[in-house]
Amino acid sequence: MSFFSRIGQAAKGALLLDFIGAFGMGLRYMAAPKKTIMYPFEKGPLSPRFRGEHALRRYASGEERCIACKLCEAICPAQAITIEAEPRADGSRRTTRYDIDMTKCIYCGLCQEACPVDAIVEGPNFEFAVETREELFYDKDRLLANGDRWEREIAKNLELDAAYR
Amino acid sequence: MPKAKVNGKEVEFEPGMTVLQVAELAGEEIPRFCYHERLSIAGNCRMCLVEVKPGPPKPQASCALPAADNQEIFTASPMVKKAREGVMEFLLANHPLDCPICDQGGECDLQDETVGYGRAGSRFTENKRAVEEKFMGPLIKTVMTRCIQCTRCVRFATEVAGVSELGLLNRGEDAQISTYLAAAVTSELSGNLVDLCPVGALTSKPYAFSARPWELTKTETVDVMDALGSAIRVDARGPAVLRVLPRVNDDVNEEWISDKTRHAVDGLSRQRLDRPYVRIDGKLKPASWGQAFAAIAAMVKASKPERMGLIAGDLQDAESMKAALDLFRSLGVANIDCRQDGSVLGHGPRESWLFNSTIAGIDEADAIMIIGANPKLEAPVLNARIRKRWLTGKLLVGVVGEQADLGYKYNYLGAGPEALKAFANHGPISKERPMLLVGQGALNRPDSDAVLHLIAQAAKSMGVVKEGWNGLSVLHTAASRVGGLDMGFVPGEGGKTVAGMLAASEAGEMDLIYLLGADEIDTAKLARTFVVYQGSHGDAGAQAADVVLPGAAYTEKPGLYVNTEGRVQLADRVVFPKGEAKEDWSILRALSDDLGQRLPYDSLEALRRALLNDHPTFGHIDHAPGHASAATFDVGALGRDGVLADAPFASPINDFYLTNPIARASVTMAECSRSVKAARGLLAAE
Repeated sequence: MSFFSRIGQAAKGALLLDFIGAFGMGLRYMAAPKKTIMYPFEKGPLSPRFRGEHALRRYASGEERCIACKLCEAICPAQAITIEAEPRADGSRRTTRYDIDMTKCIYCGLCQEACPVDAIVEGPNFEFAVETREELFYDKDRLLANGDRWEREIAKNLELDAAYR
Repeated sequence: MPKAKVNGKEVEFEPGMTVLQVAELAGEEIPRFCYHERLSIAGNCRMCLVEVKPGPPKPQASCALPAADNQEIFTASPMVKKAREGVMEFLLANHPLDCPICDQGGECDLQDETVGYGRAGSRFTENKRAVEEKFMGPLIKTVMTRCIQCTRCVRFATEVAGVSELGLLNRGEDAQISTYLAAAVTSELSGNLVDLCPVGALTSKPYAFSARPWELTKTETVDVMDALGSAIRVDARGPAVLRVLPRVNDDVNEEWISDKTRHAVDGLSRQRLDRPYVRIDGKLKPASWGQAFAAIAAMVKASKPERMGLIAGDLQDAESMKAALDLFRSLGVANIDCRQDGSVLGHGPRESWLFNSTIAGIDEADAIMIIGANPKLEAPVLNARIRKRWLTGKLLVGVVGEQADLGYKYNYLGAGPEALKAFANHGPISKERPMLLVGQGALNRPDSDAVLHLIAQAAKSMGVVKEGWNGLSVLHTAASRVGGLDMGFVPGEGGKTVAGMLAASEAGEMDLIYLLGADEIDTAKLARTFVVYQGSHGDAGAQAADVVLPGAAYTEKPGLYVNTEGRVQLADRVVFPKGEAKEDWSILRALSDDLGQRLPYDSLEALRRALLNDHPTFGHIDHAPGHASAATFDVGALGRDGVLADAPFASPINDFYLTNPIARASVTMAECSRSVKAARGLLAAE
């Protein structure tokens, strides 16, 4: 360090310039509107592409969408999805078992990308913390119930995102 | 040899080859849907278009175009690329976009070739056509909208299976494949239609929607449903065997397998013995291995060797039979037999119980006399081979025995041994490669020694066995039989046969009978005997047993099987045995400890070494001896002269679909059996 820059630094310190700048910033933020929200009473905005808890959707008729093509099971990088299928009484292809191990899931969203019928989706719900591991092993009933509960939000999000696909 | 240039590369080819075959010789892949190596050429899918010079300035269907000398073939020129894209677009115009629900998805020729040779998009905006489903029986599921009219199925049914029940009806957009009578395909080879279909129009009904090809563990092994030992690939997911597909083995099954081989696998997960049982107060109660062994040991200690017996079943691997044989011989037991059907083979030279002409040898045979066999039921794949040879017009077929529909024309020579007498002093015949195909129907009779003698005389007189050709061919029905006979799994000095043991048991003269997977016997006769059943399925044998030891089915253990030609084949483990069940040889090894006669092998390798040491023929894996020893084989010495009965020969198989414990446990096989019986009933009613 040169002689003159040492002099300059000492002068800055003696005049409390750093302190005054920081104190001014503190005053500015004291007057600015607050960013903190009162979660869980208040919630922040979510993108329509947000990847939260999984859900299996139904058609408007009430018929489940999933056709047991097993593409989500194949693409899942964490191998969290397990599917078994057989012909239903009416001959159509349906799952008899659709399990997602939410402890394995890495929420990458590849399952919903792979799905040809938009059956499996990652909905906007991120508040599904539970007390035991076992509660995170989702089965088909749970996923369909999720779908029924979140259908309005999911449909809205898909519609908003459709223009970019 | 003529030469052609494929994409500038010169190749020599045999005259008569097609352009497609020449291109393949040069290592070029030609996409195709309708062309199949083992079927006639149809040339109707147009996918194999290539450019040839000299020739007209348009693409040519390479599968139907004979290659010419000095021809130039282009398989990747712009014209070819454009032509393929066009064909692909036309094929897809009417093909539904239902890959996600199609069972062919992931192993579909149309999918693969669309990716490889198709255009990115479709310009077809009109409505797609829809075609009604067709009923093709309990094994084949149809979604005819997916059909691209390649007609492979029609050609297979008429050419290989020999049933003209499928056809292409109507023209143009209305063209559709149909069964003429909306009835089940009656062939025992119908499952192969599913393999041949390049799209998802014909898929397997029992396997519907159950798995995707990428989930399956594929294991190459051999089949045990008949004595051919067809090459198969078994697909399993986790602990469940889901399906069986054929592998190519030109020496045995080409690339076909029978419906029983393919579809009996659901029997592997039903009626299984998964833990030992001991009969207490008349009821089989679950027990531990120790309790079961103790019960057997107590019985053996209290008994004498001549009051004990061992019977091996039809699906046993050679290793378990060897272990059982060694154990019971060390106990001094002579009542040992693997011939549940009462066949007389098993003494004398090995050639006397082999299919000496070999299965591939049928392609050279010019005359076959079928004696006491119905090959269509006993070995459908072999029957297809006979039919293939017959179609060339160079084969004369004669039948002594049942007058069944075999899928080809034959001269009916008579029903029983009487008809054979005429051939005993026939004298040499003018045929180069004559075959006597002897079925178990001729060999499991009380007078079979005499019948065998008569057949041997006929073989000698007609010159069936000569230098370079051995036409005496025994067709077995049990996968374990030849292996058993090769290791001498027959009654020892003063020992009883299966029939003898059963009679003695009925008379109360037997203390213990050990059934090693033996179910095809009259178990009612075993009521007064302590019966040990070791096997995989709760069938007749297990119901009659006092101690049940759970063994492994053929997909659950590595093992050696010897097919009817004497070809030793290695089967592999696909999944592990169910529950507490163990590999059969290890059960016998453990039991030998309790019986105080420890078997000298602790591993499968050691057991195989012992087997090889005692019986060197087991060392020649995948080798059929054929005519190797024809010069020294004295065919005339077989059998014993005796009194012949008048009874006609009858095939040992009544119901093709229910011949073994695995098939009897299978729902699919039961359905097939019902459907065939229903069809027969309909015919009878007409």
